[in-house]
Amino acid sequence: MSIESEEPPFDTEEYDLLVVGAGPIGSMTARFAARNGLDKVLVIEKRQEIGTPVRCAEGVSISWFDELDIEESEDFIKSKVLGAKLYSPAGNTVTIGKEIAGDEVGAVLERDIFDKRVAMMAAEEDVDFMLKTQARDVMIEDGKVVGVKASRMGESFEIYADLVIGADGFESQIGRWAGIYDTIKPKNIMSCFQYRLTDIDYDPDYTHFYLGSDAPGGYVWIFPKGEREANVGLGIQLSQLDGSKTAKDYLDEFIDKHQGLKNGETVDMVAGGVSVAPPPESVCMDGLMLVGDAARVVDPITGGGIANGMKQAKIAGEEAAEAVKKGKVDKKALSRYEERWRDRLEEKLWRNFMAKEKAVELEDEEFDMIIDALSDADLSELSTESLLKKIGEKHPEMVESFEEML
Amino acid sequence: MSVEVDMEKCMHCGACAGTCPVNAIFLNDLLPEIGSDCTECELCIKACPVSALSLRGE
Repeated sequence: MSIESEEPPFDTEEYDLLVVGAGPIGSMTARFAARNGLDKVLVIEKRQEIGTPVRCAEGVSISWFDELDIEESEDFIKSKVLGAKLYSPAGNTVTIGKEIAGDEVGAVLERDIFDKRVAMMAAEEDVDFMLKTQARDVMIEDGKVVGVKASRMGESFEIYADLVIGADGFESQIGRWAGIYDTIKPKNIMSCFQYRLTDIDYDPDYTHFYLGSDAPGGYVWIFPKGEREANVGLGIQLSQLDGSKTAKDYLDEFIDKHQGLKNGETVDMVAGGVSVAPPPESVCMDGLMLVGDAARVVDPITGGGIANGMKQAKIAGEEAAEAVKKGKVDKKALSRYEERWRDRLEEKLWRNFMAKEKAVELEDEEFDMIIDALSDADLSELSTESLLKKIGEKHPEMVESFEEML
Repeated sequence: MSVEVDMEKCMHCGACAGTCPVNAIFLNDLLPEIGSDCTECELCIKACPVSALSLRGE
């Protein structure tokens, strides 16, 4: 009668693939694993509802939707923008048009709806989902991950699977329990806070980025959620937080300074941590793969994790299916996953990490000079090289430290 | 001394757990639990976007 009674007995069930975390990356990985031939794929999620609470600024590119076989829908795309506006501390601005910035931030999602939609896509491939189910430990036998210990509404059980995939986000317990990677340095962690503000005055046709000491080592974002509504948030480099001041304190100060935002009303509050670390040396071990934020593929410059994670998810799903079908899930067999996602993402991750390392050291005056140098430029191309060239024309001394990247 | 979580402030975001260098923080039903491995390095206190964690005790 109840949904409970229809579920398989947990203690005996063995799956081809177990994915921990039903965020969009976990669901998308499961979807492609099932599509490529795995019959028994399970996704477990500790929350009681997929997609909530939202822990995201929701600004994404959607240039990868076709590749991932996602159909655009107004259900989960809340708004599209004409471009991005960057602001320096002194108020210098530069507008980057959609044709250039579109690849980075083109749309603003409703993540709660989007996450459920991706789960539905997985369900259409016969992926099973189990909510309110928390992983408590990974089970390792002879150095190989064979499943996880989990609990659900007071019941503890073991889930065995040929392959386990950790899609459990920034705080990935799966990756930590398995001992896959080192801890993240404080300089590579952003402490983030955001309000969804309504009844505000701002330009809803653009995403807005405020650089400099309003958000040391990061930036303030305003991402449109409607004519008079937006996600207003910031991320601050952990190593640059001033004394006991929190990310929320910085954001409250920023909003207080901006008349158009100050009188808005909050309809959602979001907190979170984001890693802006270099890609880890390995995201696999025998019987285990990591994907998405758990694999630390967040773009170190933007802090965005969805686009890279989704591209990685497709590769992870395809290679997970191949590995399980061949019956070879040791680290060596999973190296095809490592190779393919690194081919796709690693060079840009490293380049943006190096650029981030320089950018976090810039003083407010330097941001003023940079934005000023860009403001009268014809920005026909948004690449690190073209930006540096443009800045170099006005302020050659500024680009010297960046030159090794060219 | 021990790290304590103010449940009224906590937003269950996991910034503390992801930051902990010794993986001493477990998100139990999204509520952070500080385990005995905690070295009181205070990084989680720094990372918390809403200052829900603090060092308490003797």
